[in-house]
Order: sequence, then structure tokens, then C-alpha cells
Amino acid sequence: MRILNRKTRIDFMGQRKMAFALSAILMALSIGSLATRGLNFGLDFTGGMLIEVSYPSAPLIAEVRANLGDAGLDDAVVQTFGTAMDIVVRIPPRSEEESDAELSTIILKALQVGIEGDIVMRRVEFVGPQVGDELAEQGILAVVYAMIGIFLYVMFRFQWRFSVGAVAALIHDVVISMGILSAVNVEFDLTVVAALLAVIGYSLNDTIVLFDRIRENFPRLRKRTPLEVVNTSVNETLARTLMTSMTTLLVLFALFIFGGDIIHSFAFTLIVGVLVGTYSSIFVASTVLLRLGVSKYDLLQVEKEGATADRRP
Amino acid sequence: MNQYPAWKNLLIVTILVVGTFYALPNLFGEDPALQITSARGFTLPLDLEANINDALMVENIKYKGREQQGNRLLYRFNSPEEQLLAADALKDALGEQYVVALNLAHSTPGWLRVMGGKPMTLGLDLQGGVHFLMQVDMDTAKGQMLDRVVNDIRTALRSERIRYVSVRREGTGILVLLRSAQDREGTLNIMRKDQSLLALDVNEVETGEHFGLSVKVREQQLVELQQTALKQNITTLRNRVNELGVAEPVIQQQGKDRVVVQLPGVQDTVQAKKIIGATATLEYRAVDEAHDAFTAAQTGRIPPESRLYNRRTGEPVLLKKRLIVSGDQLIGASSGFDQQTGQPQVSVTLNGIGAKRMLDFTRNNVGNRMAVVYIEQKSGGRKIEEVISVAVVREPFGKRFQTTGLDSMNEASELALLLRAGALAAPMEIIEERTVGPSLGADNVAQGFKSVMIGFVLVLLFMAIYYRVFGLIADLALFFNLVLLISLLSMLGATLTMPGIAGIVLTVGMAVDANVLIFERIREELRNGNTPQASIRAGYDKAFSTIADANITTLIAAFVLLLFGTGPVKGFAVTLSLGIVTSMFTAIMGTRAVVNLVYGGKKRVGRLAI
Repeated sequence: MRILNRKTRIDFMGQRKMAFALSAILMALSIGSLATRGLNFGLDFTGGMLIEVSYPSAPLIAEVRANLGDAGLDDAVVQTFGTAMDIVVRIPPRSEEESDAELSTIILKALQVGIEGDIVMRRVEFVGPQVGDELAEQGILAVVYAMIGIFLYVMFRFQWRFSVGAVAALIHDVVISMGILSAVNVEFDLTVVAALLAVIGYSLNDTIVLFDRIRENFPRLRKRTPLEVVNTSVNETLARTLMTSMTTLLVLFALFIFGGDIIHSFAFTLIVGVLVGTYSSIFVASTVLLRLGVSKYDLLQVEKEGATADRRP
Repeated sequence: MNQYPAWKNLLIVTILVVGTFYALPNLFGEDPALQITSARGFTLPLDLEANINDALMVENIKYKGREQQGNRLLYRFNSPEEQLLAADALKDALGEQYVVALNLAHSTPGWLRVMGGKPMTLGLDLQGGVHFLMQVDMDTAKGQMLDRVVNDIRTALRSERIRYVSVRREGTGILVLLRSAQDREGTLNIMRKDQSLLALDVNEVETGEHFGLSVKVREQQLVELQQTALKQNITTLRNRVNELGVAEPVIQQQGKDRVVVQLPGVQDTVQAKKIIGATATLEYRAVDEAHDAFTAAQTGRIPPESRLYNRRTGEPVLLKKRLIVSGDQLIGASSGFDQQTGQPQVSVTLNGIGAKRMLDFTRNNVGNRMAVVYIEQKSGGRKIEEVISVAVVREPFGKRFQTTGLDSMNEASELALLLRAGALAAPMEIIEERTVGPSLGADNVAQGFKSVMIGFVLVLLFMAIYYRVFGLIADLALFFNLVLLISLLSMLGATLTMPGIAGIVLTVGMAVDANVLIFERIREELRNGNTPQASIRAGYDKAFSTIADANITTLIAAFVLLLFGTGPVKGFAVTLSLGIVTSMFTAIMGTRAVVNLVYGGKKRVGRLAI
């Protein structure tokens, strides 16, 4: 079976102005959404407490709220989680006077009021304010360090123009993914940060495969312009790009549908990221590469340097 | 001709066999079990087993298996219900000297265990349990240290008969005020001689009419204090957790002032938090018999050598500032009832120094009263201090005695537990908690397993349809990739978490990428008119550097995750990076070996089923 029956000759680079415009609009919309709507930060970053309990039968949310109010927890947010029998209670961070041990006991007691049969504690998560700040800082640092590491590796294996292209594509992917998360109000927690880093890894994978082909094609297609070389390379790797995206998306949908609520944000982020990443490795990384004026000499030089280095005693 | 040398084939087979072997333990599941250890770490007496068997017999509970591993006995049961029943029965029958902990014992057969085979450890989100991140309140620890130094200076000055105006804490240091330059000189001399005061920076300061000395604790001393406080807290936590009866707890230092506590399988988190975070201890002090407590409380005139305390009932008590014995001189404590009054009590055993001091005091104070002060340190330096009992010393005593005045048997046993486990050197605060109930844990396992399987089967089908024979070969590689990944995780003792499962799922999706790259290359070579054999060779060779580059860059991202991530993120990073490594092996070497077997030997291959 083939997705693409024979060698494709799609003029991707001819569409690069269109693609550039599309990317620019998406980036602008994303940044706009991030600036105005912001991210729906989860407990990991805001601090506070979350309790998930399972009731023997579906409770009335208003009643649960009233019971919590009676226990002095007017600021509690109550939602169903998955099924109508599962309830999640969120409490914003409080003054340090009240210890968390006491708080979770108070909440569990209040939730039990007027219920026949026992409620079952599913999970309690508590994050102190200082931890929340640290986790946020670590998350940002992780993304930044990953990009620096990748930049250096690509520079070492290819050339700086490729590094810029790869990292530009990654920034493009992360910004648009986050913009979409912000637009559809997905809860942004630690697993989403992990997912974003996986997106970086994935999208990079695609980009590197393309760059590798470009590097291989420059000497082979000596007479062609860089634009033609890039175009041929994109076409040659297209089948693989689509195929891998497909298998990855298959498992991600499995995870999204069957993985349960805890993994939802994570799977959603990855699905978005894989789609954006596939697009960006075809259009963004190579466009940036061409813009920076990549030519066959760039890569030949690297090989020469390597050759002389080998001859040194 | 495409053929691997024999050693390469052998290597591949060896790796796959070993990998499969160490992945096997994960197939056997776990038994609900009880783990019985001595509370003090003594060897288990021989008649213990008979006692246990009797206790189980009485309740008519049958166990599935029994084994002894060093100083612990393990009983396996058929169901969690029986396990819980047995736990209650054994706790009653064995008493406080033994710890009965709920456990999940993996039922790996003996021949696998002998070879070091063990299943993956499930994370707290999969088996249920509590994760605490606790921060040690170092400010309070420093404050306590300064208080101690203030006391030491006062004692030293008193014993050298130097009369001081005041010795008190001021900011991060201590200010000593004296009446004359001579006294100041004398004080300085004492400080240079006294061992316990050596590590202090002492400077003369002018303070109007008095002669002052400013005393500062050296930075190095503070660092040491921090380290010892943390170490002692970890030891204490470990003791307490043992008392709670948790089978495989994790208690680790994180950063310079934090401790991670993980208690798998603990369900009563309220109790766990109470015991872990508690800072209760006892002090024994003499009652100031020369002054009246009520007058002192009313007039506010408190004799300098005494301090005003309150009883639980609210009435004031005047106690001497000099301590007889404090909680850290305590080596044993157990709760029980007073035989005569029926009140709850704690029997206390002191160490050598404590016993001697207690004996000295009681010998000289028969007929006088002694008070027991209950102290609980709260975070932020707040302190609860109350007198729980005041009793007349009837005869001298030393090593062992009883303390009464507790509200309930519950309080007595909790206090006994805390005294046994030792006091925390500095109060701790829970700054992060993640508790997963057992029902959610089971759901997570089921959902994780399901999504891995479905994703896996979908990819298998897709590859087989798309690349036919080569697709089947890739499927075989993918299967062994999963096996190797699981066996690596088991061998490394890595903990499998929900994000870890997500990492496995993602690996399954991405692992075929290497094969896709290779197969597309082969197709390309075939299209260019090359022979099948040459196309296979060229396909593998040319794709290799691409695969390496692509995977190394992904590894960079995974490593960064590993370095920066905590908890959930780390679990994901571990499986992702291991998955990349195993997939490189199976997708490149593994498939090549099979392709060589299928096509490599033939001189002429008509068509490749790709």
C-alpha cells in the first residue's frame, strides 16, 4: 500500500509565502490568545488544593457547594470530573496559618454531609505557593535549555543556518500549541510541560530528517538552486513524514480516548503538537533555511574542515 | 548478498533472550500481603510464627503463602479483604512490639527471583499512596539554637559568679550586657575556654551605660546545624513511618532543606500527616515551691529562675527554668493504663545521662513536685507548651517511670509513638502533597494498559498493511522493543507512573519511525532501478545517519526533561529516553537481522514485499 503512489513533485517552496502568512497569522492569534485569555494554569503552578472524590450516587453540585460553604470554604470550586458521580473540589492557596492536613480533613468531612454510604477519596493534591513558583520556573528553564542543547547539536552536525531553522520551527510549534491550549482552555499542568517538550522532540525529529536529506542532496544536485534542492528534499521525505505522523497520531488518539482524565491534557497537547510540528518541518524550518541564504558551500565547508582535522597528527 | 556475521546474530538473540527473561516477572501480578517486623529491629523470635498462626486460626483466615526474608515475615493472602482482616487480627495479637504493614508482594516465581528478576515498581499514582514534600523550617531551628546558646552563656556566667544585666537574642545574634569592663573581660575569658561556646564570634560593643558583647554564631556552624537538623529529621521520619507500618516507604533528602516522603498503599492520610508532621516532645521540670503561681500570674512578677506555664485546665504553674530531662534523653516509651487509677499513661525509659540526672533530682527532692511539659512546635516558630501533669516525687527514681495526665488512650499511644521515634530537630511543613486513592490507582493501571494495547495493535495493523512483509518484520521489532523497554525498566528498578505509560505509548508510535525511514529508502532505491539486495543495503546504510541524528536530538530533549523534571515529568522522560535507545536497537539491528534471514541468503530476489 502507498499513500503517495509515485514520486511527488509538489512545489512546497512555491507556497512558502502563503505558508509564511499562515504561520504569521497563527502565531499572532496564539500570542493574542495567550496575552488576553492566558493559560488555564493547573494546581501545579497556582498552588492550592484539589480533592477528587467518588460518590455512591450522583450528588447535587449546589448541595455540595452549600455544604462546603457551611464548613467555611466559600472559595471552593466544585466540578464533576468524568462521570456525574465523581466530584473535584479546588481550593485556592490560603494563608499559611491553616495547615494542609487540617484542610483536607475539613473538606472530606463537609463532602460526606447528608450522603448515604461512604464517599471514596480518589486523590488529594496540595501544592504550596513556593512550590508552584519553582515548578513554573523549572518548566520554562527546561524548554529553554532543551532549545539551546538542540541548537548546539544541530550546529555541530550541520551548520548554524540549520540550527536557526530548527529552533525557529520549534518556537513556532511551542507558541502555536500553547496558543491553541489557551484558546480551548485546556488545563496547563506539569504533564502539559512534559508534552510540550515531547512535541519539541518530535517536531525536531521531522526537521532533522528533512535537513539530513537536504545535506545529502546539495552535492548530488550540484546544478540546482538551493530552492530546488529544498523542494526535492521535502518531496523525497514526504511519505515518511506523513507515515510517522500517522502512526504517532494513532497511538495518541488511543491515549486520548482510553487513557483516562488525568492524561487528557497531555494527550491533547501532543496531538496538537504533532499536527503543528508536521506542518512546521515542511514549511517553517526549510523556509527559514532558504531565507538565511543556505547554499551548497555551507555544507562543503564543514566537510573540508572535518577533513583537515582528520589529517592533523 | 546481505548477511550478518554469526556473532552479530548471536548478540541480537542473546539480548532478546535476556530481555525477555527479565521482562517476564511483570506477567505474574501481585498478592496482597502482610509484612511483620519487629518495631525495634530485633530478630524475630521463633515462637512468633506459632503466635501468628494461632491468631489467624482464631479469625479463620487462611493465608496463601509465607516466607521469611531476613528480619521480616511475609504472609500472602488471596484477597485484599482477607489481608485487611488478618492485619487487624495480627495487630491485636502481636501488640506494639511488632509492626504489621500492608504490602503488595509480587508473585514472581522462585527461579526468576534467583536470577534477580523483579517486576517494575508501580508509582504512587498507579498503586495508590501518599507523596509528601516537606520543608524544614530552618529559621525556627536557628532560633532554637540561639536559645540554647543563650542558656549556655547564662549557665556559664552563673557558675563563674559573674553577674550580668541581661543575656538575650537580638536579631540573628545574642547580646550580653554586663555591669563593668572587668566583668566583660571575665566573660570573654570564659567564652574562650568553654568548649560549648568556642564556635562563636564575640565582639565588644558599646551600649550606653552597660558593657556589651555581641555574640554571633559562625556561618559554618549554621550550615552544620542545617545538615544535622535535616539528617535527624530524616531519621526521625523513618522511625515514625516504621511505626506507622508502611511496607516500602521512600524518605529522601531533596535540595538542602527538603524531604520527600512517599508512602505507598497508605490510605489513612490524615493519620499519616498527623504523625509525620508532629513535633511533640516532653520536658521534665521541677515545680518552683518557693513562690505561688497564682500571685505570679496576677502580678506578672515572675521569679528570675522560674517561668510561668499553664496546665491543660488553664491554671498557672511556676516551673524552674533549669531542665531536669528533655525528650532527646528518652530511649523508650510505651502507652498503657495506670493500674490503680485506670488513667492512660506513658511509660518512659531514659538513657544513661537522663537517668542519672533524674536520679540526682529525685533523690534531693522527695516530697517536692515535678511537672511534665508537653511541647509542640508549629511551623513559623509558634509553640504550644502545656503542663500535662504535676506529681509529688514519692521516692527517688531514675531510668524508668510513668507519666500520666493525658486526655485519652489515643493521645497516650500517639505520644508514646512520637517519643519512641524521636523528636524532629526542626519543625517541618508539608509544601506539596499528592495522594492517590487505591481505586483511582487501579483505574489508572487499567486505562494505561488499555491505551498501550490499543495503540500498539493499531500501529501493528497499520504497518503490516502498509509495508506487508517488511511491515510484519517491523511489527516483530516493535513487539521486542516493548519487551526490552519493560525489562530495562524492571532491571533498573525504575518506577512506572501514569506519565511513564504515556511515554511508552509515545515510544510505540515513534519507534516505527526508524523502520519507516529505512523502508521508504528501500522503496526509493527500488524505484531508482536498483536490485533488491542493493536496495536493502543502501536503504539501511543511508537511513542510519538520519535515524541517529533524529534520535539524538530527541534524546537531548528527553535528558533535559530528566534533569529538570520532578515526579510525573521524570517518569515520562525515563521511559521516553529508554524507549529511544531500545527502538534504535530493535528497529535497525533487529529488523536487519530478520530481513537478512528472509532475503539475504538468496542470490536472486525477484520482488521485495515492501
